Amino acid sequence: MSGDLKVALVGNPNTGKSTLFNVLTGLNQKIGNFPGVTVDKKTGTCKLPDGRSALIVDLPGTYSLYPKSKDESIVFEILADKSNPVHPDIIVIVSDASNLKRNLLLYTQVADLKIPVLIALNMMDLTKKAGTHIDIDSLSLKLGVQIVPVSARQGENIDKLKEAISFTSVVPLQHDTIEVKELAPGLISKIQEELHLDKPYTALQFAHQHENLRFLSKQESDRVEEIEQEFSFHSQKAQAAETIARYHFINGLLSDTVKYKAGVEAETFSNKIDRVLTHKIWGFFIFFAVLFLIFQSIFAWSEYPMSLIEALFVWLTELVHKLLPAGVFTALLTDGILAGLSGVLVFIPQIAILFAFISILEDTGYMSRVTFMMDKIMRKVGLNGKSVVPMIGGLACAVPAIMSTRNIGNWKDRMITIMVTPLVSCSARLPIYTVLISLVVPDKKVAGLINMQGIALMAMYVLSITMAIFVAWVMKYLLKAREKGYFIMELPVYRLPRWDNVLLTMYEKVKTFVFEAGKIIIAISIVLWVLATYGPPGKHAEIEKKYRSAAYVNKYNTEELNLHRSSEMLETSYAGVIGKVIEPVIKPLGYDWKIGIALITSFAAREVFVGTMATIYSVSNDDAHISSVGEKMHQARNPETGLPVFTLASSFSLMVFYAFAMQCMSTLAVVYRETKSWKWPLIQFVYMTALAYIASLIVYNLLK
Amino acid sequence: MESLKNMKLSQLKPGQTGIIKEFTDLEMSIKLMEMGCLPGESICVERFAPLGDPMAITVSGYQLSLRKLEASTIILHK
Repeated sequence: MSGDLKVALVGNPNTGKSTLFNVLTGLNQKIGNFPGVTVDKKTGTCKLPDGRSALIVDLPGTYSLYPKSKDESIVFEILADKSNPVHPDIIVIVSDASNLKRNLLLYTQVADLKIPVLIALNMMDLTKKAGTHIDIDSLSLKLGVQIVPVSARQGENIDKLKEAISFTSVVPLQHDTIEVKELAPGLISKIQEELHLDKPYTALQFAHQHENLRFLSKQESDRVEEIEQEFSFHSQKAQAAETIARYHFINGLLSDTVKYKAGVEAETFSNKIDRVLTHKIWGFFIFFAVLFLIFQSIFAWSEYPMSLIEALFVWLTELVHKLLPAGVFTALLTDGILAGLSGVLVFIPQIAILFAFISILEDTGYMSRVTFMMDKIMRKVGLNGKSVVPMIGGLACAVPAIMSTRNIGNWKDRMITIMVTPLVSCSARLPIYTVLISLVVPDKKVAGLINMQGIALMAMYVLSITMAIFVAWVMKYLLKAREKGYFIMELPVYRLPRWDNVLLTMYEKVKTFVFEAGKIIIAISIVLWVLATYGPPGKHAEIEKKYRSAAYVNKYNTEELNLHRSSEMLETSYAGVIGKVIEPVIKPLGYDWKIGIALITSFAAREVFVGTMATIYSVSNDDAHISSVGEKMHQARNPETGLPVFTLASSFSLMVFYAFAMQCMSTLAVVYRETKSWKWPLIQFVYMTALAYIASLIVYNLLK
Repeated sequence: MESLKNMKLSQLKPGQTGIIKEFTDLEMSIKLMEMGCLPGESICVERFAPLGDPMAITVSGYQLSLRKLEASTIILHK
């Protein structure tokens, strides 16, 4: 994507910057990552009235050029580095007119970088409603920049903004704001001179931020450090002095351009809502009702589309079998590629639904209140108020839940949330729990009403959530914070959600998942298919021969024959070999090598466990009739001792193993995509497997 | 309101107002000032979170939430 002109949108959070970006670019946008940080890099193109096309870059929302988080540091890095591919020719400062004073702080900082700038004054409707009058012409004259009042939500004055962008001179025309050089006399000139910088404010910012600016060379950064020592520069004191000077300038500016309505303020609409939504009792009640609604929706609404997607792939697989001759290629296509693709696309409904809700919660301003209410509890265990939503989402599926952790601004809180979310029992564990519980827990009622099996199932969920909280608490001490844990956060006024934005978010998240995590999932699917299909040479051919022999063909019907054959094939495949190899390791947990095979194949997805069990135990009963998975597992006997394989001890041990183990390649793929490194998914895989092993060992020995 | 003299913001009750005098933590003060909490600015406590922490305040025309620990670095004068 390119344009004749590069335009960056810069502004405070909650100013409608992203809405404006969507209005300007429509669907002509591309989402990537800024290198080194997991913050979405949104770029898009926009046609200007003069025929030129502009490349619009949406930079992360920030209150100041002094970053408080890694995401915010991107802003100055791009604005200061002329060689950056998205270094803008023009900056549009998106400001909330109803909160002009605080918004202008960022403007004055950006203006002093001396890049051509203009102001898009958003939310004029709120300002008018509050009775505030802003003399835009006079303000524009004082600052020396164009100011365009817009309404991003209603799409008002967008044409005027585009016109203003095309009229913006290539030379910066804005007036100086504060006397920058007075903030650090001597030091600024010296840095300017040595690093050949023509803007004093850029030099001052270098003094503050040089250690974190990746485009500066080691020598340049060291030189800045030396100059700082020479002038005994105190970064924090200088920042405080600068902020005070800037607000002083802004106060002077606004004193005769903005008139506030006199008189006592009536209680605002937002305050009235807050009295209910953050109420001591109702607040939690409503929040849990909202969570319950989200949880139910992900479960209930996604069921039908998910079964449609699965049915479509069953149909496609059958079609391929009909059209193509049987063989390795067809098997790879159906059992490897199509199965993998189906495994990716089946997540779409859940991702879309969870993000519809999250986008509504964010848009309306309710998410900030959730953070506000939950902060105290969640902080105790090392999590963030915003971690609640991903963790509840994890009850349905960890994949969309982990994607939703992007809303957590603090790096450490976000990492802990990502690391513990897969411990929360997702819907794929449900079939495993139900099969095993029905095997070993009697379907009896205690005290006339409470079902034993129900208690067992609930215990699994309680155990998983407790473990997630415990691990989070441990990680709080292990993980180093990258930024100071501030909680100073704006509570934006309540607004209605923008439905087009909700749709766009759903579309973007689904697209990101399919194209980025999808690649990895399909690759692992193919590897697993190879492991389960191929085996050491010779064995498979022998089995084929055996099942084609008259003795077998006469003894069983076709269906039984196929079942027995696939079971033996699996046994002699590489997956089977690995199952046998790991048997000594899993024996202390109460498992045999057959369960070992299921542990390997169900790495694709936990629900595969049930299917593998059905295949592998199809030969263990002598009368060879086709029975349900439950029956087969019930009849499974240890060949050495003749005792049942699935006892109370081994079944609970297996359930605990699945509750804690990272048996899901899609989650690992999405953790990789969200952390941009293999380190985190690897740590997660190792700690969860170790945790699962130890917990299962304890459970097995306690119940044995 | 003599009692509000040199109080910390965290000691105010909902509905009470104070004017920022100074800060006790330099690093925190930078962030707070960027968010519009400047010496001389008036602050009104709106509410506390259901569990007593954090708190919500109105400052320069908008609502801000912050933890009590952070609020205790803001010294008010009458």
